[in-house]
Amino acid sequence: MTDSHPIPPAPIAAPIEKVSIIVSKGSLEGIYPALIMANGARNEGIEANLFFTFFGMDAIHKGRQDHIKVAAVGNPGLHMPTIAGVIPGASALITKYMEKQIEKQDFPDIHEFVEMIHDTGAGVYACLASVDLFGMERDDLIDDLDGIITVGDFYDMAAGGQIIFT
Amino acid sequence: MPTKTFAGSTVDVNDEGFFEDPTQWTKEMAPEIAEEYGVPTPLTDRAWVVIDLMRSEYFDKGTGPTVRKISKLSDVTTKELFVLFPKGPAKLAAMVAGIPKPKGCI
Repeated sequence: MTDSHPIPPAPIAAPIEKVSIIVSKGSLEGIYPALIMANGARNEGIEANLFFTFFGMDAIHKGRQDHIKVAAVGNPGLHMPTIAGVIPGASALITKYMEKQIEKQDFPDIHEFVEMIHDTGAGVYACLASVDLFGMERDDLIDDLDGIITVGDFYDMAAGGQIIFT
Repeated sequence: MPTKTFAGSTVDVNDEGFFEDPTQWTKEMAPEIAEEYGVPTPLTDRAWVVIDLMRSEYFDKGTGPTVRKISKLSDVTTKELFVLFPKGPAKLAAMVAGIPKPKGCI
């Protein structure tokens, strides 16, 4: 029997040297994992870049980063009927609870977390298309931002590393 | 179990090079460990603040502190930590301090 599709040998595991993490969601559960991964990468000595796009931009928006909420609707992980999520105040209540848990665990809030990640030497970037789309100005975004960049800039920056989309 | 020799003494380490038994560590070993893992030498007083903290926290809590903990427990900022121990401060400081790799995600 001829095997036209031989199974390639398992690649030798090479250590990860660089990660570029895209944050596209503006919910608490959309932002935290990306921040934890970026911070964790730096702490392992891995080069890391954070690229905020679309609703993920809220995490680096001065007026919004302290008001990030948990998605109360369409979130099966909350283990409650979807209908309960539409009750006014549901999202705020669940967010309050999550924030309490985060504080209990001594995790930083999003504001402090982004600042801390920037201090580790990670790059923090905003997506130009999203800035234009949402009519934002540079001043709307945090001071720790390293730049507002195009998707092409992002790929240049990410070259040779892993890309994680959240 | 792998072993390494620092300052003339043989110590037990794991596959990554972290000390298995922190009591085998002596201060004299720190500069040699630092050199081996690319930590800037000579170790400054500020680096020693971190090394001493790593050990006291380990013996107190059973695990060394993470980067965030180090910066909260001392006056060494996150930025400074990455200058003192550039390729992963908590990990490298633990290595130089002769304790296991700190556990914790943040």
